[in-house]
Amino acid sequence: MDAQKYLNEIKGRFPGTADAALERIKDGVPALLCPAPFLFEIVKYLKAEGFNYLMDLCATDYRDSLEVIYHFCALETNVKLTVKVRLDREKPELASITPLYPGADWQEREAFDLLGINFPGHPDLKNLLLPCGWEGHPLRKDYSRKPDQYD
Amino acid sequence: MGILLDEAPYILENFPGGGIVITSADWFINWSRANSLWPLTFGLACCAFEMISANMSKYDLDRFGVFPRPTPRQADLIFVAGTLTKKMAPRLKKLYDQMGEPKYVISMGSCSNTGGPFYDSYAVVKGVDKVIPVDVYVAGCPPRPENLIEGIKKLQEKIKKDTIKNNGRAKIFK
Amino acid sequence: MTENTLKDKDGFETMYLNMGPQHPSTHGVLRLGLVLDGEVIIKAEPDIGYLHRGMEKLAESRTYQANIAMSDRFDYVTSMNNNFVTALAVEKLLGVEIPKRAQYLRILMAELNRVVNHILFFGFFAMDLGATTALIFGFREREEALELFESVCGARLTYNYFRVGGVSRDLPAGFIEKAGNFVKMMRSRLKDYDDLVTGNVIFQDRSVGIGRISKEDVLAYSLSGPVMRASGIKYDIRKDDTYSVYREFDFEVPVRENGDCFDRYMMRMLELREALKIIEQVLIKLEPGEILAKVPKIIKPPAGEAYVRTESPKGELALYLVSDGTANPYRLHLRAPSFINLQILQKILTGVKVADVIAILGSIDITLGEVDR
Repeated sequence: MDAQKYLNEIKGRFPGTADAALERIKDGVPALLCPAPFLFEIVKYLKAEGFNYLMDLCATDYRDSLEVIYHFCALETNVKLTVKVRLDREKPELASITPLYPGADWQEREAFDLLGINFPGHPDLKNLLLPCGWEGHPLRKDYSRKPDQYD
Repeated sequence: MGILLDEAPYILENFPGGGIVITSADWFINWSRANSLWPLTFGLACCAFEMISANMSKYDLDRFGVFPRPTPRQADLIFVAGTLTKKMAPRLKKLYDQMGEPKYVISMGSCSNTGGPFYDSYAVVKGVDKVIPVDVYVAGCPPRPENLIEGIKKLQEKIKKDTIKNNGRAKIFK
Repeated sequence: MTENTLKDKDGFETMYLNMGPQHPSTHGVLRLGLVLDGEVIIKAEPDIGYLHRGMEKLAESRTYQANIAMSDRFDYVTSMNNNFVTALAVEKLLGVEIPKRAQYLRILMAELNRVVNHILFFGFFAMDLGATTALIFGFREREEALELFESVCGARLTYNYFRVGGVSRDLPAGFIEKAGNFVKMMRSRLKDYDDLVTGNVIFQDRSVGIGRISKEDVLAYSLSGPVMRASGIKYDIRKDDTYSVYREFDFEVPVRENGDCFDRYMMRMLELREALKIIEQVLIKLEPGEILAKVPKIIKPPAGEAYVRTESPKGELALYLVSDGTANPYRLHLRAPSFINLQILQKILTGVKVADVIAILGSIDITLGEVDR
């Protein structure tokens, strides 16, 4: 599978990505575990390699860390690749890929809104789904809601 | 109409035979109000499609004088059709406040009645009656158009019991 | 808003126009903030979230089967397709084999729902451009299709028909004949649609060349479904990344080149015909058999994650599901086609006239339930 090739290439190109690893999600799509500081460069490389379509971007709270998952697809060849990034739960920060894939715009804002992940480099990072001034990030596992005027 | 209806009943009441005038006026005013309910075209979620269905070919709400208006200024009925979220609640209140008196509210579907399947959500208002007063609750998720028509008929019955002594406002907080 | 102080090239101040959340043509509770220079839009900013019900969070406190019931309310126009993707994702985690008949029934329902969605699109899009009759036509046919759904699962809108491992009940007596009649009826009505709307000069004037989306933008903004194919990219997940038993059916993937509102409309009309073709084939192929695989009463998939893509009438509907081995999902994320397709508005609304906003928005075909979740 090509995924191993991409991994080797990435390790060769970007010193400091030695802990990048490969795993598989259920349907056999390879998932590239990549270190957070190199995400932007790695995605840029993958885009040049033909992964021209960002299928999905979402984040999950794993209690000890946050995980951001990018699902890429090369439309011509139908090769799929998943990129995963683990983030620190206290101060989650990850470079925005909106300059590369404008379609990531709202998906990053959604992750910012619901999970509190900061995306430096995003053109307009603000609340998307929740009303302005909402406290807390509902999709975090330890989220507890304060009663408001509607309760 | 406003000032006339506000003041007339109290003046008439003090005259002999005034009551007869009031009841006749009641009958006429209620008849006209009940049969020309103009709802606001306002759909929130799933139930909106059943509301539109009720307006369309097969169920044809025009039969009951229900004819949708796009602006709250011309509407006297609002169907709250769907889930009311906390972001939307102030807007709904604003829309309701813009409608002229007398105004009626039909809460359509489980979501607007009680929160429905989203009763435990952080973003949903558990019942539209926490924001605006409701006249008729229609149950279902979503209610069939027939259910909605039944709700409208119930509202018409309610309007027909009203009297100008209450200035058409018997429904609010009484 | 700071945009209020923007000046155009003659030094006049621009105007900020707020459209929605209550607007007859925003297809729900979408709000658009438009900065206008005269009648031309210089900046458009969609504001969503007025129907955000926190469904992804709720999913974490509901069982897998209850999540299929919840998925009805994601995109309430295409509930069957939502059921489909949820069931597929859970089955992928569980690794169960679905009986043949159930597979066919699923495709039958998903395609019927595609027909319903496109009929509604036809009605609403034409009405946005001023043809009220089209909406009444559309709802007339929709009622016929809903009667079919109702006879199968008892509901008009929120079907909850799919089960993990199959479907909830078999077809009632006489369904195949009724569905066959529906397909025939629909074909003849499509001619009416074309006579009434497609060839109409006013309709064409208002849609041809309006809201062009280039191929590059489609890829950059991750657009999918009919919006993507209207811009000349022939990609349909049913064909190119097939799932269920779609490969057994013979259907075309229509594609148009211009990427304007008219092409997006034509895409739906062409796809509707293909969906009818699939329905006809399913009705012939259906054979008696099991409709539900043997799955445990309490579904506890092994820990793992799955990403399942399907082609919903609106585009790529995918579900990212994480299981931790308990009876509830650990994380459920819906890749909603309406949500992602809607982003393009920020780009293509710039420079168009206010009157065309409705045409462009209508042609993208969104459901706010899915945008906000």
